[in-house]
Parts: sequence; structure tokens; C-alpha cells
Amino acid sequence: MTDWDPSKPILEIENLSISFFTRLREIPAVMDFSCTVMPGEAMGLVGESGCGKSTVALAVMRDLGKNGRITGGSIRFKGRDLTQMNDDELRQIRGSEIAMIYQEPMASLNPAMRIGDQLAEVPIIHQNMARDAALKLARQIVADVRLPDPDRILRAYPHQLSGGQQQRIVIAMALMAKPALLILDEPTTALDVTVEAGIVDLVKDLGTKYGTSMLFISHNLGLILDVCDRLCVMYSGEAVETGNVREVFDQMRHPYTQALFRSIPLPGADKNSHPLIAIPGNFPLPHERPPGCNFGPRCDYFRDGLCNAADIPMDAVPGHDRHATRCLRWTDIDWDAPAKLGRVTEKLPRGRLVLRMDDLRKYYEVSSGAFGGGAAKVVKANESLSFEAHENETLAIVGESGCGKSTFAKVLMGLETATSGQIMLFDENVQDTPIQARNTDTVSKLQMVFQNPFDTLNPSMTVGRQIIRALEIFQKGTSDAEREAMMLTLLDMVKLPRAFAERMPRQLSGGQKQRVGIARAFAGGAKVVVADEPVSALDVSVQAAVTDLLMDIQRENHTTLLFISHDLSIVRYLSDRVMVMYLGHVVELGTTDQVFSPPYHPYTEALLSAVPIADTRVKKRRIVLEGDIPSAMNPPPGCPFQTRCRWKSQVPGNLCETVLPPVQVLAGGHQIKCHLSSDELARMEPVITIAAE
Amino acid sequence: MLAFLLRRVGVMLLTALALSFIVFCLTNLAPNLEKLARTEGSVRMSDEAVASWIENNGHGGSMVMRYGQWLGVVPGWVRTDDKGVTRGRCLAEGADPASAPRFCGILQGDWGTSTVFREPVIDTISDKLASTGWLMLWVMLVMVPVSLIIGVLSGMREGSRTDRVLSTFSIATTATPEYVSGVILVVLFASATTGISPILAEWGWIEGRTLFLGTATSAMDQITFWNFALPVMTIALYGIGYIARMTRASMTEVMTQQYIRTARLKGVSFSQVILKHALRNALIAPFTVIMLQFPWLLNGVVIVETLFNYKGFGWTLVQAAGNNDIQLLLACSVVAVFVVLVTQLISDIGYVFLNPRIRLS
Ligand SMILES: Nc1ncnc2c1ncn2[C@@H]1O[C@H](COP(=O)(O)OP(=O)(O)O)[C@@H](O)[C@H]1O
Ligand code: SF4
Ligand code: SF4
Ligand SMILES: [Mg+2]
Repeated sequence: MTDWDPSKPILEIENLSISFFTRLREIPAVMDFSCTVMPGEAMGLVGESGCGKSTVALAVMRDLGKNGRITGGSIRFKGRDLTQMNDDELRQIRGSEIAMIYQEPMASLNPAMRIGDQLAEVPIIHQNMARDAALKLARQIVADVRLPDPDRILRAYPHQLSGGQQQRIVIAMALMAKPALLILDEPTTALDVTVEAGIVDLVKDLGTKYGTSMLFISHNLGLILDVCDRLCVMYSGEAVETGNVREVFDQMRHPYTQALFRSIPLPGADKNSHPLIAIPGNFPLPHERPPGCNFGPRCDYFRDGLCNAADIPMDAVPGHDRHATRCLRWTDIDWDAPAKLGRVTEKLPRGRLVLRMDDLRKYYEVSSGAFGGGAAKVVKANESLSFEAHENETLAIVGESGCGKSTFAKVLMGLETATSGQIMLFDENVQDTPIQARNTDTVSKLQMVFQNPFDTLNPSMTVGRQIIRALEIFQKGTSDAEREAMMLTLLDMVKLPRAFAERMPRQLSGGQKQRVGIARAFAGGAKVVVADEPVSALDVSVQAAVTDLLMDIQRENHTTLLFISHDLSIVRYLSDRVMVMYLGHVVELGTTDQVFSPPYHPYTEALLSAVPIADTRVKKRRIVLEGDIPSAMNPPPGCPFQTRCRWKSQVPGNLCETVLPPVQVLAGGHQIKCHLSSDELARMEPVITIAAE
Repeated sequence: MLAFLLRRVGVMLLTALALSFIVFCLTNLAPNLEKLARTEGSVRMSDEAVASWIENNGHGGSMVMRYGQWLGVVPGWVRTDDKGVTRGRCLAEGADPASAPRFCGILQGDWGTSTVFREPVIDTISDKLASTGWLMLWVMLVMVPVSLIIGVLSGMREGSRTDRVLSTFSIATTATPEYVSGVILVVLFASATTGISPILAEWGWIEGRTLFLGTATSAMDQITFWNFALPVMTIALYGIGYIARMTRASMTEVMTQQYIRTARLKGVSFSQVILKHALRNALIAPFTVIMLQFPWLLNGVVIVETLFNYKGFGWTLVQAAGNNDIQLLLACSVVAVFVVLVTQLISDIGYVFLNPRIRLS
């Protein structure tokens, strides 16, 4: 390694092809992939799930598993070809020169080994360090990743740490040997946004501090903009565009990249005047790729006979910084032409009141202790929830994991009964009526769309049958023939081909399954629909289409939509009013404009600052929250947010630590649960500003 | 931890109480008692005589009261017959009724007298239990390491040739019951006419007529490889297959976990990945299985001790059952119940220790 010249690339992947071999066929997962990472550079890899990002990363680690094989090309690390190395040589590089971090932090740590031992193992293997010295180094690195009380952490087992802490440990482990290259495969996907923001900050700082090069894999363009210098957009196993982040974001030269940006809700998008533009069609499976350009069938600029004639090579964009695109027509396309606007619609007027919650509480009793012993504890999942929802309205409920969003949905649906308080649904009190006791009419008027379309469909029943079942349950239609016809109309409504009635759920993609879920929810003419993270499990290009569909149906049926989400970008795009929750409390409630501009509740402010935005014009004030969300089992006294609030010092005395703040009602009915004085609130500055072009 | 232990022990005692009551009822059913009366008294007793014998020997009255006496929480029966002789549960032959204790059940250490061995049950049991203890010890010493090694070796590279060979072996051994494998082993290694012994004897490689001994009776005085190997192997083989399969399943699952990949990508060598990262996690499940295997071992012990004529606990159980020795049978059952319950307790505690995720704070 001594003869490596630091001005040369750290990692040079050339024409890499990787296949997985299954009993049925060879699956070409990655084809002709090239990319170069210079020392100290952070390279982003973006694309939808299944496009081959992880496969590239694992190929660099040479850990493709039994059935994966590199079928062509080379991966040179510091000038040496990794594809030619034997196990011994690889072992010396893994962990010391190249380290990798992946998505599930809990799963990546050995549950039966103390954190300290897991960390110390790295220098013990690679530098023959004595155990004591290794533990000392571990302690120092744990402090470096900004974990409190390193000594306690070193002695802990993984399950004793929170998700955010575990991910910091995984990062610490990767840094133990000061690697030259760090591969991060969706390192924050499993974490909450405020925790994610902390981790991203850490990764960037450590990159600068240690001069580590990074290969940062994510499906989130905003994160890439935050972290990376260069990026490579992947589509269906190929790199389609690569270049430096600013150039690709502002002057993209590939239709897929363009379509991707148009399908994500950036500031300025609005469901009525600036709707998102979904990418039509579906992602091709690896063995069903079209001839020529993989993106061809979904491309607006497709030209028959040219785009589908032969394999398409990467073409450099002259005058740019190592910018290249895999498109034959990029010089013909007018890249500055504004997007064809989707259907612009009028905002619907707010209708009558359909749902009202009054001081709703839901407490759970749980017993602690591994063997059912210990005193029973009360988890206050929802505390004094009050709000109203009207016809035609979309009310978003935002908050991070454990804030009580799903409990709220369950109580509303009647899957759980409230501990106290009232729920008025169409002039009827339903807080004490479990779902079995509700009449069919109420049940069919109040429906739910779930996060995971995979779990809610019966795998052994055709799509059409499942929708007909729902119609039967809701007592719609008088004959089978009539229900059949209604089912086909519902399929039309969710824009699925009628032929899908005969399909089994496993033959559908994620987005298509979610459409079936929506069709089922609306089968009984639902008036109020609770959508619990309906698009979080879907890829961005599909998210736009499903969101649009929900909006369309809402417009037609005058539905009230309760949209539960942790993704503020999409919330800003589609909701009329927003309710922000933290540890079971509603901390802020107002119209979308009120919530997304100052004055903010201090938690909302941090949440907004944490959301990565894929727009180079956006300037954000960085507010990183310290620590983790407290456990709902053991909430802090006083204000629920006091353990992480940066405004606390502005409140006189120790009010925040002792007294639960009252709800302040500001102009326009904007509610904030905080002790800050109205002067203080008025002085708040916006978190996000868009620089003039 | 202490509270947990106390609770578990409490539950265990209750279970033992309930189970022993059931066994008591079953062994003290009327036909058993009649048979007892006829063997103890005379075979040609009339039905009335049998009834009065049962009554006079304290086997009358309600089942619960008799169970209480046996347990030692109800005063033992005392009866003075027509001839003025006072006899009772707690009275030795010719002892003075006035000085005899009122209670004499197992709580007082009085387990009754065996009708087969003509000695106190407690002596028989402790004697035979010791013999079986040696057998069990050797079975464990052979079975646990061998099965774990087989399981780990086949599980660490799923689908490899080693895995296929070892898995076939494990399935074959679990599928063969002890009475079959015992006979096969005897035929192969301990018969003067079949198997390898005649060949070895012909070549002059062994002194006796057989390589191993076909009975283990001599092992009660002194255990040697030659008299003990076959009974030990017979019991162990069955367990080996079973535990090895559990270990393999657990090991293959652990090997697909992310943290194993983490270790591999840290540069840990394959052998260290197995030893430091996989093993402990992979052994959590088999540990429980090994402990729960004890009751099955008891089962094997009955067959093997009878087959090899080794006078241990299992052999005694067979004798007691065959000869309607109610007290001995009861004692054997209680001991068996205790062995099962104690191993369960140990397995729960061990599980907590191996698995830090449920360690009690
Ligand atoms: N072990 C495997 N066996 C067969 N196919 C695989 C295997 N791993 C990944 N693939 C396939 O390779 C393609 C790329 O997957 P992956 O690299 O995981 O994508 P990404 O990380 O971008 O979501 C997918 O079509 C996936 O189904
Ligand atoms: S090559 Fe043709 S189909 Fe492919 S991206 Fe370019 S214009 Fe579209
Ligand atoms: S009440 Fe105090 S701690 Fe709570 S959000 Fe307001 S300023 Fe922060
Ligand atoms: Mg992936």
C-alpha cells in the first residue's frame, strides 16, 4: 500500500457487472457500473429500492454471499484490484481500510457481546493492540461520536441502547481503525428525522476530521445533498447519471433524474396549483429489462428505433466537472423547459364538521420486568387530545416514533377504547364503542389505509375477491353481479387495470398493493379516512402517484383525510392543517402555513430543520437536537419537550421542568403548547429560506 | 433475580405436589391394592378377606387422606386388631405405640418399605440412583460435546458437504429408538457370533470372545470402557442426533444475521467469527433443549438398563412396576418428577444467563 499516490482515486470502480445466480436464472443486478471516489470525497449513490445500490456496496466489500458473483469489471482500492484478492488479503483490508455501516443498527451489533468488546475487537485484530489499550481507544471514539457516559456504554449490551445510540456505536466501530473509505448503506433509514439529523451531522464532521472518503447510499435526495460532494444516480442496475452534486441537482442531464426531482415534494409544490408529477409505469425487474435504454418505457423523451436499439453508453457532459449521463438524446432535450403542469385544481372549500375529539386520553398499563414481575406502569400514549376535522379537509398528524400517532388512529377506529374524553363522529359519540359494536354504517364511513400494503392483503385471495369481500362487509350492492360491477368501478377509481381483479397480491408491486388497499377503504363510501403513513414504504416515484390518487378521490368524495406521517415534506405538500405531536401531547396545531412558518413550537422548529430538502436553493438553519426522545413509559415532568429544548433558557424560573405548559392560542387559531411568551414567539426566525434565483 | 427464583421454586413445588398426587392415585387404584393384598397375604384370600386386609393395612379411607399420610402431613394410621396387637403406619414391628411419631411420610424422610427388595425404599432409591447417576454423567459427557460440535460444524456452512453428511447422521440417529440401536450395537460389537468380534478374536486382537461386554452388570462395581461404552452410546446416540439438529438450526440462523456480516466485514477471521460471535448466540436454544432432554434420558435409561442388565434407577422402576411395589413405584415417580422440574428450572436460569437481552435488572 506504500506505493499508492494520495492524489489518485481511493476507489475506482470500472465497468462492474454483478449477477446473482438462482435456481431459475441468472439475475443481472448491476451492469457496467463505474464510479470514482477521490480521497476525502463523499460519493452519493441514489436510486429506488432494488436498483442495485447495496449490491455495489457489498461488491466493494467482496461480500456478495454464496450466489452473488462479480461477472465483469474491476474494483480498485488504492490501486489494488479487490476482485483479484484472496480471503487473507481481503481480511486485512476489511475493517481497517474499508468499513461498512448498514441500515439496521440493532441487527448489526452482536446481541450477546458487550459494546466495548465489539469495538475493541477491531484494533485487536488489525493492530495487535492489547485489550486494555483497545478499550481505551474505544472509549475515546465513543466520546467522539458524541455519546454520553462512554464508560457505561462500553459495558452495555446493544439492547440497552436506543436506535440512535446503536447507530452511533456502529459508526464508532467503523471508525476504530481510521479507515480510508467508509461505506454507509442507508444508515439513517430506520431512524427518526431528528435523530437522523444528528447522525448525518456526525458523519459529515467525522469525514472532515479524519479525512475519510465515503460512499453514501440513500434513496433520499435531500440527504445526499446534505452529505455528499458527488453523486451517482442508479436506475435498474445501471448508473444513469453521475457528477458533482450541485451540477446534477441544478443541471441534470438525464430524464430519470429529472423525473425523480419532479416527483418529490419540494418547497413550492402544492397539491392544487403545483401538483407532483409521478413517473408513469413501474420499475422493470432485473430479468425483464427492455432492450436499449432501461428507462425507455417510462421516459417522456423516448424515441422508437433510437432509444431501444442498442445498449447505451455513458456520455460525458462537456464543460462540467466529471458529469456524465446515460442518455442518447440529452443534447436534444430542452432542459430548461418548465415541467408540463399536471392537472391544476381549485382548492375545495372547507365543509361541515365531521369529527371532533375532546380532551381524549389513552393510557396503557404495561408490566415491566422480564418475567412479568415488577410494578405495573402506565404509558400515557395520548394526553388531552382536542381537535376538529371538517369535510374536504386534510389534517396531517406529524411526529416521530412513539409520539402516539398510531394509538390515536387505533382509538378513533375503535380498535382500542379511550381512557377518557370524547370522540364525536358525525354527531355520534364513539369513544367507548369498540369496532365490533359499531354499526356497519359508521364502520364503512370511517376507514383506514395502512403503511404496509403487504400485511393487510390476504395473500391467497384475488384482488377482486378482496374488494368484493369489503363490499359485502359494508353491505353494499344487492346482488353479486352488482358488487362485481362496483368492484370494477373501484379499480377504475384507483387507476388499476380491470384485469387486476384476477391477480393475486404477490403479483403486484408495492404501489399497486397500496392502490388495492385504498380501493378497499373506499369500498363503503368512506367519509373519513385515516391514512397511517400510507406512502412511507413506497419508493419516491410511486409515492407521488399514490398521494395524487388519494387527493383525487378526496376531491370527488369530499372525504376528510387524516394523514399520519413523519415526513414533513409530503405533509406540507398535501395537508390543509397540521397537528404536531410529541410524547402523546399535541404541541402545535394550525393551518399548514401557520405551522411551517414562525412562530413555531420549539419542537416543530427542530423537526423542520431536521428534514433534508433536495433543493440547492434552500438555506436551512441547523438545529440539532441533543439526545433521544424520552421513553413514553418514563416521560419528563413539566413540558414533554424540556429534555431537548433549546429555548428552555428563555423561560423564567424552572417553569419548563415543573409545569405542563398551557395551550396558547395565537392569531388565526394557531395553537402552541409552550411557556414561551408571545414576544419570544414573535421573534422566531424562519428555519427554511429559499434563496432568490 | 431472587424473587424470580423463589417464584419458580414455588411453582415447581406445587407442580410436584399435583403430579405426585396423580401418581399416588394411579398406583393406589383398587385393583393394585387387591393385588398387593394377595401377594402380601395369601393368593387364595376371599374377596372379603382382601377387603379387610386393605382396611387393616391402612389402605382404606379416602385417597386424599392416604396421600396426606404418605406425604407426612396427616397422622399415620393406627389400628388395634381383635388380638389386641396395635399396628400402624409409623410403628415398626413390635414397637411401643406410645413412643412412635404421629407423622411418618416422605416429609419426615420415611419413604416406606419396598416389597420387592425387602428394605426401606429410601435405601433402594439412593443406591440405584447413584448407579444411574454414573450412567447419566457419561452420557452427558459424550452427548453434549459431540452433538454441539456436530451441530456447529454442519450449521456454520449450510448446504456444504460436511453439513449434508452430518445432517444425515443426525437424522438417522434420532430416528432410531434406543431398543433398536442398543440391539444393533450389541450385535455389532458384543456378540461372539456376529459383528466384528469373531473376526477380531480370530486375528487374535482381543483376548475375550467379544470386543465389548454385552452386559453392564460389572460396571456397578467398576466402570470400564469395555463394559460401559455400549450402554452410554445407546442413550447418547439418540440425544446426539436431536441436539445436533437443534444446534444446526440455531447456528444456520445465526450465521445469516447481520452482526455476523458485521464481524466478517470487520476483518474477523472465519474461525473467530464462529467462536467469538456465532457460538454464544447459537447455543442459547440448544441449551434449553439439552436440559429438556433429561426427561427423555430417563426414558432411555429404562430401556438401556434393562437391555444391559445394569441395576440402576430405570431397572428398579421396571422391577417396581412389574412387581406391584407401590411404595417403590411412588418414590421412583416422585424422583423422576423432581429431576424433570429441576432441569427445567436450570434451563430457565441458564437461558437468562446466556441471553443478555432478558437478563434481569
Ligand atoms: N442474494 C440475492 N439473490 C438474488 N437476487 C438478489 C440478491 N440480492 C439482491 N438481489 C437482487 O439484486 C437487485 C439489486 O438489489 P440491491 O442491491 O439490494 O438494491 P438496492 O440496495 O438499490 O435496493 C434486486 O433486483 C434484488 O432483487
Ligand atoms: S435514451 Fe431515450 S429513453 Fe433513455 S433516457 Fe434518454 S431519451 Fe429517455
Ligand atoms: S415549554 Fe419550555 S421546554 Fe417546553 S417547548 Fe416551550 S420553551 Fe421548550
Ligand atoms: Mg439497499
